[in-house]
Amino acid sequence: MTNLKFSATAAAIAFTATAAFAETEITWWHAMGGQLGETVNKIADDFNASQSDYKITPVYKGSYEETLTAGIASFRAGEHPNVMQVFDAGAATVIGAKGATIPVQDLLSDNGVDFDINDYIAGVRYFFADSDGKMIGMPFNSSTPIMYYNVDALAKAGVTPPQTWEEFQAITAPALKEAGYVALSQSHLPWIFTENFMSRHNLPFATNNNGYDSTDTEILVNSDAIKAHFTAVTEWQKDGMFEWFGTGWGDNQKPFEEDKVAMWLGSSGSFGGLLQKDLPFQFSAVELPYWESVIAEPKQTFIGGAALFAMSGKSEEENKATAEFFRFLTSPETQYFWHQETGYVPITEASYELAKKDGHYDRFPAAEIGVTQLSAEAGEHTKGYRMGFYVQIRDIMNREYGRILTGEVDVETAFKNIEEEANELLARFAKTQG
Amino acid sequence: MKRAGFDNIWLPVALLLPQLMIIAIFFYWPAAWALQSSFFLQDPFGFGSTFVGADNYTSLLGNNQYKRIAWFTIVFSVLVTFFSLAIALLLAVKADKVIRGAKTYRTLLMWVYAIAPPVAGFLGILFFDQSTGPMTKFFQSFGWDFKLGVDYNATATAMVIAAVWKQIPVNFIFFLSGLQSIPRSVREAAMIDNRSATGRFWQVTFPLLAPTAFFLLIINITYALFDTFGIIDALMKGEPGNNPMTLVYKVYLDGFRGNDLGGSSAQSVVLMVLVLVLTVFQFRLVERRIHYT
Repeated sequence: MTNLKFSATAAAIAFTATAAFAETEITWWHAMGGQLGETVNKIADDFNASQSDYKITPVYKGSYEETLTAGIASFRAGEHPNVMQVFDAGAATVIGAKGATIPVQDLLSDNGVDFDINDYIAGVRYFFADSDGKMIGMPFNSSTPIMYYNVDALAKAGVTPPQTWEEFQAITAPALKEAGYVALSQSHLPWIFTENFMSRHNLPFATNNNGYDSTDTEILVNSDAIKAHFTAVTEWQKDGMFEWFGTGWGDNQKPFEEDKVAMWLGSSGSFGGLLQKDLPFQFSAVELPYWESVIAEPKQTFIGGAALFAMSGKSEEENKATAEFFRFLTSPETQYFWHQETGYVPITEASYELAKKDGHYDRFPAAEIGVTQLSAEAGEHTKGYRMGFYVQIRDIMNREYGRILTGEVDVETAFKNIEEEANELLARFAKTQG
Repeated sequence: MKRAGFDNIWLPVALLLPQLMIIAIFFYWPAAWALQSSFFLQDPFGFGSTFVGADNYTSLLGNNQYKRIAWFTIVFSVLVTFFSLAIALLLAVKADKVIRGAKTYRTLLMWVYAIAPPVAGFLGILFFDQSTGPMTKFFQSFGWDFKLGVDYNATATAMVIAAVWKQIPVNFIFFLSGLQSIPRSVREAAMIDNRSATGRFWQVTFPLLAPTAFFLLIINITYALFDTFGIIDALMKGEPGNNPMTLVYKVYLDGFRGNDLGGSSAQSVVLMVLVLVLTVFQFRLVERRIHYT
């Protein structure tokens, strides 16, 4: 009798164990270090706790570039993860390799998860989409460049944050200089002063619909408006109203935190980090300024950051698990949590509504700036860009911009160099797709 | 005279096999791969590829940026090799003369040897920090607006200093043991012939050190060309920007950061040729003129 009872219990245990083993396990490679990485882990834990059929394991693989390279190497070896995070500049590489990923839109509808691209906020929809507007990568950490400012410094100088660059150079910057501040620094010249400069002013960035339609694309960076902008930047620099601290992101953010620079162009995703640092002054943010002489009403910017791609070559159960994870990830609650913790924008309208209703923006008005800027009026050239070898093209821009700002070359020569070298790379990339 | 040999041909083959396999798997196979992919442009995921002939090479040679990097690599290697050899030799000669506390001095001078290149790079970042670095303050006191990561020459200077600093102990160890192996009798004889210490050094000690110095020259050129990668990577803080870089770093950037496998392979083939030339130079031209005892 006792024996029988024992075997029954044993059988029951064995049965539970098998049930636990039956859960489908998937992996997620990402590039979110530090505080962001902990938030990623929390999201994964919450997903695992929310149901018992699937289990996702996030793995930190280093920087964006390192994550992409690791993903490519693993794909070639057939050991790739189910979900891979790829950043904006790598979009052309991963989307160009048709067959490497399953378009997220197909993945979701095949697995019975409702999908409507119009549920996503405007600036998020098409960056990681193909030329027909089908979403390929699921936007994850989506950010856009905004202008942070030191409230105390601007009050001391008796100015308000500028809406246009004209206002900046005529009123704001001279007053801040008078008050003993460097008026402005920025952290990413290709992203803020090039890609989003084009979008904000609704200027074409590349041929073939900014590169979305075909790979025989040429870059249109050597144009008057942006060259005029960089000429202005060098003049601000000469007048002590702008300072460049190198190509590194943090080197340009630090002087803002140290109360030396009054306004800093960074990412809407920098918000969470700045808030945690407990700065010795009050800070807030406004939308990215624009040149009134170029455009009367500024357009939306597009997202930077990265998207999650579902890799191909996985079993149906695993794809189902990935789809369920995306369902969880895009739910208003998860998005709102992610938005609050990091400052990255909530990617759906519903999560934005939830944040509003909860009073998040009454507590932190600066947290909403990225969302409103991404939801501004769209233009012909505002959905993003799709260019191959874009990591190198960005490096070329950084190199030439650095040379402009250290007086090594003039604006005209630098943009000619960027155009030539970028077009050469684009032509080479087109051949890799052949 | 009877030649010592194996009776069985298979035994030496079996004994050599592990080493040959290691060389084949880790050197020849990747080298062959690099050579092959240098003639293609391929999608990194492995879906598409186009045979482009020598295009990857011609576009390299026509690229002004590549020439600029090659030029920096030469200047950098010459400076690093020269200063790390010269300073190490000076220190070795001085340390050789110390009698009291000799071991302590030597140990202190060798210490840096244990530091890995990336760590040397990070120490460099601390020393050359834009706002708090002591080296930054030092250069600024001469009126040079020294800014790491902003000014090309400043970053280049920091790279050279960090690379030299890291390499001095290795050279020091070799020079010191070279000096100590010079027989006492030779030195004493020289002392009678020549009263000037400088004269004695250049006429007697230095020629006797030549084999060590030549070996170190090759080691240091290789170090400056290839092993400084970690220092350069650390001082660049992840963003190449307008910073100087060496040819090896460019191979990494294009291949591993940019996923341009064809272009990167072509560059590594160029480097293989460079190493080949260096080796031929070592064996054919210089070794003949230097006498090892």
